[in-house]
Amino acid sequence: MPVSGTAKSQDLASADALLTLKDLTLRFKGQTNDVVHSVSLRVRQGEVLCVVGESGCGKSVTSMAIMGLLPGKATQISSGKLSFLAQDWDLATDCLPTEVRGREIAMIFQEPMTSLNPSFRIGDQIAEAVQRRRGNSRTEALERAEVMLQRVGIANPKQRLRAYPHQLSGGMRQRVMIAMALANDPQILIADEPTTALDVTIQAQILDLIRDLRDETGMGTLMITHDLGVVAEVADTVAVMYGGQVVEQGPVAEIFNNPQHPYTIGLMSAMPRLDRPGERLAIVPGTVPTISNMPEGCRFRTRCAFATAACAQRPKLRDVASEHEVACHFAPLETHVKVSA
Amino acid sequence: MTAPVILEADEVVKHFGAGSGWLSHKSPVQAVDGVSLQIRRGETFAIVGESGCGKSTLARLLMRLLEPTAGRVSFDGVDVSHASGGALKALRGQMQFIFQDPFSSLNPRMSVGKLVGEPLEVHAPELSAEERREKVAELLRKVGLRPEHAGRYPHEFSGGQRQRIGIARALAAGPKLIIGDEPVSALDVSVQAQVINLLGDLSRDLGLTLVIIAHDLGVIRHMSDRVAVMYLGRIVEMGTAEEVFATPLHPYTQALLSAIPSMDVPSKHQALAVLGEMPSPSDPPSGCRFHTRCPYTRAQCKQESPKLEGQLHQVSCHFWQDIAAARKPTTLRPKTDAVEARFALYKAATTGGTVIHQNQEPPERN
Repeated sequence: MPVSGTAKSQDLASADALLTLKDLTLRFKGQTNDVVHSVSLRVRQGEVLCVVGESGCGKSVTSMAIMGLLPGKATQISSGKLSFLAQDWDLATDCLPTEVRGREIAMIFQEPMTSLNPSFRIGDQIAEAVQRRRGNSRTEALERAEVMLQRVGIANPKQRLRAYPHQLSGGMRQRVMIAMALANDPQILIADEPTTALDVTIQAQILDLIRDLRDETGMGTLMITHDLGVVAEVADTVAVMYGGQVVEQGPVAEIFNNPQHPYTIGLMSAMPRLDRPGERLAIVPGTVPTISNMPEGCRFRTRCAFATAACAQRPKLRDVASEHEVACHFAPLETHVKVSA
Repeated sequence: MTAPVILEADEVVKHFGAGSGWLSHKSPVQAVDGVSLQIRRGETFAIVGESGCGKSTLARLLMRLLEPTAGRVSFDGVDVSHASGGALKALRGQMQFIFQDPFSSLNPRMSVGKLVGEPLEVHAPELSAEERREKVAELLRKVGLRPEHAGRYPHEFSGGQRQRIGIARALAAGPKLIIGDEPVSALDVSVQAQVINLLGDLSRDLGLTLVIIAHDLGVIRHMSDRVAVMYLGRIVEMGTAEEVFATPLHPYTQALLSAIPSMDVPSKHQALAVLGEMPSPSDPPSGCRFHTRCPYTRAQCKQESPKLEGQLHQVSCHFWQDIAAARKPTTLRPKTDAVEARFALYKAATTGGTVIHQNQEPPERN
């Protein structure tokens, strides 16, 4: 089903989209290749979009670019349109104003210890965010902080307000980060590997919390992760990234039941399966090339078992099912290739 | 199943910081508190648990990198818990360690050849330089690297390749047993699979015994023959991987298993939630150490510490019969035929199959 460029942009800007990123391309200065190449994402109300990929695939850089956190001196954004709150920003020239950041769109990071200031009480840190964005009085802000701590499931919030970060465990710190991010009722939460540093039982609690808050507030969530298990657990839609490009995206059920891109298939079959212990795992051969060594055309072709000369031509994302897009010339694989032993 | 025991721990205890200053009364951290286990020759034994449960300390005790406060560790029937000098050096040749972080565990100033050759200098001093170079080349080939790599330095390699170097280094001493402390958890999924396959091949081809410490239960299920689950310095459940995963008896194991997010298991909002977080090992709860977080706690749990009971499948819980009876078996989410077919196609193509394109030119699109 070929889709023309204009039809696609209308589709992306559909009415219920909260945040739309279109065609983000950027490189670090001094590099000859794009770190993120033509990435488009959409987060809808009450939806969790998971961006999956291995280290170096550009998933964090993309989220930093949305937040305007990339240092302008070192990065060069050549294109990228952000639509949010019925306004458009051209990321190549400007970034989200500070009134929007932290208030309408908030971010939490992987390592909660380094994201909190060790020399201030957590109550003051949350209150600061509230005061700064809402102009409340300090007392009101502290009350708000207490409500937020309660909401993220911290017992004795009144006493905890006076705790310093080092007095809290990793899971608690991540809860504090979430409380701080959500204190201003943002419409979008960007979570960069929020549970990677945590144990599984704590991870389950945090994922539950994010899901509950989404259901309560209807906020949209953009979650970055490398763990397909986490994706299966929380995602509504999924974007798989490789080498700075989105290679496949769609609703979570489609991605898991109908994976199309060889990279997606490779990632999924490289995961140990609970129903087939001991069976030799499929692998994705080789390693991710560095950005300067990325091949022209399909960036996965140097590691792809199905690549041909045709892959030197970059495949565009095209629809394979409703809302399910893939960037591969040979999708679905079984109609294009046969494998003989 | 009745292979001889190669490594045995008997009521091993390790407390840290027992001595307190004259002003402070710090209670010792009870990192490992009475662990007994037997590891048989040729098997892959896994130790699982959350951070702070004492699994890394246990691994270091088994390796004699730490001396136990009480109890004994024996290797091949010999007590090694306080080995030193020549006996310790001989033991190091028999037992080797693979570390978690391939970025910090290799000396950046040493070439790969030096790194892999160093254990040979210690454990096989009779080799000439030429023989050692040959041996290094052979080891590098064995772990899937090329002999030319010997002249390069660690920073020139990716994480997965560095982990291979770490494995080659561990193999150099010709050990019978290798302990891996989270050997794959720092690696990306696609690379992780390569290292898991490599470890599986090596243990089969060389008849190695592997002890794997990990928190990723998917990896454990895949690699191991037997599993021990640790909580706050004690083993709460131990048995074959198959049984522990199919019918976990201890409430902690059940919670741990239900907390792993997995592609194979439907989303579990109804999951058995473990309450709160692990208490500090310097002030562990009385009785059963899990009682503060256990959804089934009764009065007895607070007073009496349960013993590890059973033969092949052991569990330490007063009420495991009741709890296991109430447990609903987890159903795996079946994969669709389309997915299985594509997985099979992918696997065939990446394991030496010939890919035949039906039509040479890709269909014209866009």
